[in-house]
Parts: sequence; C-alpha cells; structure tokens
Amino acid sequence: MSDWTFFAEHRAEILGATLDHVTLVLIAMVLAILIGVPLGMFIVHRPALRAIALGIASIFQTIPSLALFGFLIPIPFIGGIGKRTAIVALVLYALLPILRNTYVGLTTIDPAVLESAEAMGMTHAQILFRVRFPLALAFILAGIRTATIITIGVATIAAAIGAGGLGTFIFRGVALVSDSLILAGAIPAALLALLADFLLGLLERRLKVS
Amino acid sequence: MNTKPALSSKKIIEFCEVSFHINDILPHVVISGISFSVAQGETVVLLGRSGSGKTTLLRLMNGMLLPSKGEVRVQERSTRDWDLIRLRRGIGYVIQDAGLFPHFTVAENVGLVPVLEKWNAARTATRVEEMLRLVGLDPREFAHRRPRELSGGQRQRVGVARALAADPPLLLMDEPFGALDPVTRAELQREFRGLVQRLGKTIVFVTHDLREALLLASRIMLLESGHIVASGSPQEFLDHEHAEVRAFTASLDSGPGGLK
Repeated sequence: MSDWTFFAEHRAEILGATLDHVTLVLIAMVLAILIGVPLGMFIVHRPALRAIALGIASIFQTIPSLALFGFLIPIPFIGGIGKRTAIVALVLYALLPILRNTYVGLTTIDPAVLESAEAMGMTHAQILFRVRFPLALAFILAGIRTATIITIGVATIAAAIGAGGLGTFIFRGVALVSDSLILAGAIPAALLALLADFLLGLLERRLKVS
Repeated sequence: MNTKPALSSKKIIEFCEVSFHINDILPHVVISGISFSVAQGETVVLLGRSGSGKTTLLRLMNGMLLPSKGEVRVQERSTRDWDLIRLRRGIGYVIQDAGLFPHFTVAENVGLVPVLEKWNAARTATRVEEMLRLVGLDPREFAHRRPRELSGGQRQRVGVARALAADPPLLLMDEPFGALDPVTRAELQREFRGLVQRLGKTIVFVTHDLREALLLASRIMLLESGHIVASGSPQEFLDHEHAEVRAFTASLDSGPGGLK
C-alpha cells in the first residue's frame, strides 16, 4: 500500500489529529504569551527578579521534552495523563523564547529615544507602554514565532502521555514499524510549522519600525 | 547674541556648591563645587572639551541626575524637592540625535508633551502646526511623516519644535546641531538665534564649538575637568587670559574665515 492511498483512506483521522494538535499548540501559546510578555515587561526595571525569571525559564528549556512530560505526570493538580499536563509542559517550553525576546526587545531601545522620553517628563510606566513596548513589538513577535515552531514540534511528543495530536500517528508508526503512519503524523506537523513560520513572519515584518 | 536683552534678575537656575561624582566607593569626580546662576532670558552656553562635565551639568538641571553635594535650584526650588515629572514637563530638552520616537509621526512627536499634559486634541493640533511653522517645516508636508523619512536637519528642527510645544520657560540643549553637516548646521544656528530673540526663553546650551558659542550666547561659561574656569559675555570671554580659553580661541584662528 502506498503512503498516498494510506493518507487518503485515513484523511478524516489525520484531519482530526491535526485539529487536536493545533488546539493544543494554540492553548499553550496563548498561555505562554499571557505569562511571558507581562513577565518580560515586569522584569525590565527589576534586575534581581530578571536573573531568577530568565534562569528558571532557561532550565526548563534544558530538560529533554519527553522527560519533562514524565516529570509532570505525578504532580497533583497540573499532572496526570492527558491534555492538561501536556499543555503545562508546552507552556514551560515556549516561555523562554517569549520572555527573553520581550526583555531584550524592551531593553535594546536607542538610548537617545529613552533619554528624551525621560527628559520630557514621561513616567516609567508611560515610557514602558508608549515607547519601549511599541518599539519592541517586532522583537517580541519574533520570540513568539520561534516559540510556536518549537511548540508544534514538541507537541508531537505529548501523545506519549495521552494528549492526542499528530504524535499519536508517529508513536504508533514507530511501534508498528510503519513509515506511512509516521509520515501521517510528521508531514502535517512539518506543514503546520512552515505555515506558522510564514504567517508570523509576515506579521513581524509589518510591525517592524525602522 | 550681540543685542543685550533686558534681563530680569529672577533666577531660573541656581547651583549652590554643587558636586557630582559617580560611584561612592571610588569616587570619580565629574563636577566639583560649582556655583552659578542663570537669570530669566539669558542664553548661557556651557563650553568645554569632551568629558569636561557640560552634559552632567545640564542633566543636573532637570533632575536626570541629582547632586552628590550641594543643591541645584530650579525656579527657586531644589531638584530634590521637585516632583521630577512636573519639573521636566516644564523644561524643553533637545539632544544631538534629536531622540525622536521612530514609531510616532512628526505631529505625534511634537505633540508629545501637550498630550502628556492632557491638552484636548484640537488645541494640541493647532499648537503642533504652529510649532512646525515656527521651525520652518510646512505642516501639510511634514506632519504625517515618520522620523526616518526626514533629513538630519529636519529631524533636529522637529526636535526643537517638540521641546517648545508646551511653551516651557526653560530650554536645555545638548549639542543639538553637533551631528549636522556644516552647511545645515550654520543654517540652523542662524535660524535658532532668530527664534531665541523672538521667544525670550531662558536657554542653557552645551557645545564644544566656540563659534557656535559666540553666535548664540549672552554668556559663555567654560568648563575644564568639572570646574568653571571662565565666565562672561562673548567679548569678555575672548579677552580672557586663562590657558583653556586661549586654547579655544586658538581653534578659531586655525580655520579660514574665523569669526574674529
């Protein structure tokens, strides 16, 4: 049986798993943005907290993804088998690129712009929201773009703890030594990553202020 | 300025034995024991080499820096006692690269302080147009441009318009024409001199260019290593015997077409 006939016969399942996958990624990304961007803004003027926040976010990135899913299972409330645990792990993964890009974007503003903002009597909050944030937006979006692509990939592993998504085909394919099954998970995942990269790239270029 | 403006005796800025040093453990003294005052309507030019403390002096005036010792008084109140946001909104500030906000249009840049001060939209818009005309930019042509669509000279004009927008009595200028080509610089200096005479603002102007100082100043103060070594009208300054003054006046003779 060729791969193509396999895909054709199972298109409904593949589509369903793709939608599951997208849902998983979307929920995780929304949460990661809601945590990462405000946290990045919060640490701009707080050096002690900055080291802690960036340090912790970096540590999560170094844990192999399969291990991170495993570690979370026994934890009460957030753990267990299923989507919820997977989303927590994906958020932890996506946090670093978003947090770091937000912080770096907010702090690498032309010093002359910041000096005149301060000299004209803008408060810290006004400078943060009206100057730093709009000028950092393209940079923040670049972080979100990186995080989205990572999350689409890592989410395939979430199938290992029963979260569903395109990883289900991959794990089954590995177990049954079936290339068709592996590709049924891998190809849509790759296409999703390319599509997300393209769309977010468009948005990023539009937001860039030279 | 050659015409002597009628100066009232009201002191806008007063430095009382002001010292400023960075780092308390190994103090690097930037300014030491400086006292002087600036009266209403004066254009005081702080002249000096790089690192002589001119910019530090300027930043002590709007509370961007606070003195390590002594007191800086603006409109008879110490910068330690001022609400610094209020203080700065009443002081225009222009720097070398203009520091315009790249994500704002020219009109939004000029209208910044009026908007912060919650002027209504109509009043702000009228004021922005007025300011752009004042600095020689046609509002219809420039109001909606972004800073990146302007030449260096135009950006600096917008910088001046922005500093004047909320009609502050005091302007602080840190080498505002320093990054411009010589022709544009001379043009802006001449126009600015005319503007100053019309508006009657008090101005403190930092530069390392003696020609610029002679053109604009009602009083020149020369700084060397954090001390004021000479102070006086342009004519008094040229006659001064201090070695650093002579070093500066010597720079005038080196080029063709010196002002003397």
